[in-house]
Formats: sequence, C-alpha cells, structure tokens
Amino acid sequence: MMPPSKSTIAPVPALLSLAMRPLPLLPLQPALFFLLDRVVRRHPGLFARLGPHADKRFGIDPTDLPFAFVLEPRRLRPRLAAVRTLPDDLDVRISGPLGGLMGLIDGELDGDALFFSRDLQVEGDFEAVVALRNAIDDSQIDLIGEIRSLFGPLGRPVEEVLRNGLRRLRPVDPAGFGV
Amino acid sequence: MELVCPAGTPAALRVAVEAGADAVYCGFNDETNARNFPGLNFNREELTAGIALAHRRGVKVLVAINTFPRAGAIDLWRRAVDDAVRAGADALILADVGLLDYARRTHPGQRLHVSVQAAAANADSIRFYVETFGVKRVVLPRVLSVPEIAAVTAESGCETEVFVFGGLCVMAEGRCSLSSYATGRSPNMQGACSPASHVNYREERGRMVSRLGEFTINSFAKDEPAAYPTLCKGRFETSQGVGYIFEDPTSLDAATMLPALKEAGVTALKIEGRQRGRAYIESVVQSFRQALTDLDAGLPIETARLAGLTEGQTTTVGAYRKTWR
Repeated sequence: MMPPSKSTIAPVPALLSLAMRPLPLLPLQPALFFLLDRVVRRHPGLFARLGPHADKRFGIDPTDLPFAFVLEPRRLRPRLAAVRTLPDDLDVRISGPLGGLMGLIDGELDGDALFFSRDLQVEGDFEAVVALRNAIDDSQIDLIGEIRSLFGPLGRPVEEVLRNGLRRLRPVDPAGFGV
Repeated sequence: MELVCPAGTPAALRVAVEAGADAVYCGFNDETNARNFPGLNFNREELTAGIALAHRRGVKVLVAINTFPRAGAIDLWRRAVDDAVRAGADALILADVGLLDYARRTHPGQRLHVSVQAAAANADSIRFYVETFGVKRVVLPRVLSVPEIAAVTAESGCETEVFVFGGLCVMAEGRCSLSSYATGRSPNMQGACSPASHVNYREERGRMVSRLGEFTINSFAKDEPAAYPTLCKGRFETSQGVGYIFEDPTSLDAATMLPALKEAGVTALKIEGRQRGRAYIESVVQSFRQALTDLDAGLPIETARLAGLTEGQTTTVGAYRKTWR
C-alpha cells in the first residue's frame, strides 16, 4: 500500500457553496456563451490540438460548487452550459475542486499531479481528456482576465475578488503539495 | 553539466527556457517520436519558431525522432530528420540505425545523439554508434548504477546524458513489448506507451480501477495516490499475494546524486516529462537549475520538494544507488 495521497487544494467554503445552491442557472448562460466565444476567438490553436476530440462532449464538475458544466468545444457554435447535474450521454467526465480545475486552465497546476493526488477524477474517453488538457495548457488561457472583460467598468474589482478567492484555494507549494 | 528539459508544446518550451534550461528537447506531432500523445508536440512552423526563440536566449533545442520506422513508411521519419535540420535543431535524438545512417549521409554536419530508446548500455555498443555514425552523445538507460555510468563514460569516450527526474522506465527501452502486448501499440513504433486511446479509469465499489485495453492494471483506495496504467507498474494478484510484481508506481528524483553523476563524467542531465504541463516544467526545471548552481558553488544539494508532481507521489534514486539485485 502506498502512502495516502497529499492534497492541499482547499474546497470552496461550504457556506458559500450552499448560498449558491438556490441561484437560477439561466442568467449564467449568456455569460458562459460570451466567455467561451472570447476564449475560442483568442485561442484558435485550441482546435488544432483538440483534433477530432473537438466534437466530443465534456462534463466538468467542480465538486465544491452546486452546479456543473457541459463543454462542447466544436469549431462551429461551441457551447458551454451550466447544469445542476451532468447528463449521462457525455464522452468525458472531469471532476475536482474548483481551485484545481482553475489551476489546470491557467497553467498554475499540473494535470497529471492533480490526478496522482486524487484531486482530479476522470471517467470516459481518456484520449479526449489528454487532448483537451494539452490544448488548454498550450493556449495559456487567462480565464479570470476573460471574465473581467465581461463586466466592463466593474471588471477590475470582479477580477480582484476572483483572483484573491482562487489564491486561497491553491496549495502554497504546488510542487511539494505540502510534503 | 548541461540541463536538458522537456517541452511538449510551444508554451512549455517558453517556460523551460525561462526556467533555466540549457537545452530543450521536443518532437513532431506524429509517430516519429516516443511521446506521440493527443494534442501534444510541434508542427513544422511551431518547431522553427521555438528553435528561433530558444536560440535568442542561448538555449539549444534537441529534436527527438526516436521511434523505429515502420516498414514501407520510412519517408515519414526521413522527412522528420530533414525538417528538423532545416528548422535549425542543435541535435537530433535518434534510435534506429537506419535513420542514424540516413542522417549521417544526408546531413553530415548535423550533431547526432543516441536516444535512450536504443538501449545502448555498454561501451562496445556506444563505440559502435560513435565510429559508425559519428554520434556525439548517448542517452543512457535508467538501469545503470553510478559506478556503471562512470565506467561506460570513461570507456566509450562519448558524452553521456542521464535522466535525473520524472517517469522511471525500468525496462530495456526500445525493446519493451508490454504496451504492445496489451494494446497493439508501443512507444517503440507508434510513440506511446500505454496509449490514452486504450486507457480507462472507473469508480467501482468505492475504488478507482484503471484498465489498459482488456487488462485491469490497478485498483486504488479512496485516498491512495493514483498512477499511470502501465503494465510494468501494475498491481497484480499472484500466488504470493497482491502487489507490484515488476515496479512500484514511483518517479525518479536524482537531485541528491548530482555530485556523484558529475564525478562520473556525465555531460548532461535530462528531465523526463514532455507529456506534462507548464506547471511541472517550471517547478522541476527551476529546482534542478538551483541544484546545479548549488553544486557549482560547493553547497550541499537539498532534496527537491517535488514529490507532489510525481507518479505515486513518491520518488526514488532508482538504479543509481543500486541496493537490490
């Protein structure tokens, strides 16, 4: 038996997660549409790396939030939708704490390391997961920066709140994971 | 000693250069290299741009074309050699003797390295590559002890490069057929050990079960570190009980062996992990750059705090300090 896995990624505070539970998801959809549209337009190289996997359906489940996302990163009309629970007909399910998933997107955390530490769980088409991970890592997507742009003049305080919040979720020493 | 760092994407190459690499190694996005993973590697334009960027920073780029060409498809590998030379590669890392011969005859001025995939592990073998193809460096398999490395380096008269961090393949590389047995695909021919197309992870009765093709490789309890689903690091049930019968899922970390490797006459230190993300590259390269700085200053080398990045979240110095038979 190997030693227990070492994770220091903090979950979103339970109270905050609970407070988000009754919020309707519908108002999120236009924001997600614009967010994905911006990311795809600014990082067209994503598709070359995704190859045939761009047509797959990815379920992304931040385990410390009361909702999840379905990502269809296809070239024509890509789609990102918030859902209460992930549907069954997905090609891939990726789940983990929000801090880990965001760290993967912005390149602060290593996907394999999150998987080894059991912070990240993956089920389904593993080839599609690897392609998505590599495409995102090469694209250097600044998701918080993109979210900021959605808020116009209020963007800067929103960005600050989000970056501070995420910093609290991250391990202090990502390489050592507290070793 | 030269620090040779991995890059699976242009972004990772930039990170490796910034983090203190002396050289970066990478490959084309096809079956000509042993990390042919989905979404990974460089197209021709990306490689040319990456080499130009690295050269502006005084960093070399070594291009791995280290799979064995398929019969009837040799042109794919020869084109890779030609295009890497044209892009300005500082060295080609090759394994196949036919391809080494092609590279020597077609590009006589090009520096050639022997890949770990060639499994050249003794002085006679290395001298053959030096005398026949004029190779300048050999990447040694991860199965030699430090005294053996010192002997091979002295006897062969060739530069040696050894792995110091990352995935620990304990097989005779280039000759291992375990992945091929399980999936029909191998790092030697198609460029992927335990290819993602054949990997499956699933929750079953509270445990995470990993499968490769039709083989169950492992089953992890809730809080147990996970590992890649490679046959050589699988946990199997035998008449002796359940356990890792070939090798534990652990990673190489030879930071503490750097003084001994320097003493052994090693020219270059290689970090494994072209398939890993920017975060891994940055942490590991910075850590080994610091270790080399400390070594040159005569300071003690601290154990790198990198276990969180490793398979199984444990590390070993592997065969470098061989205490087993």
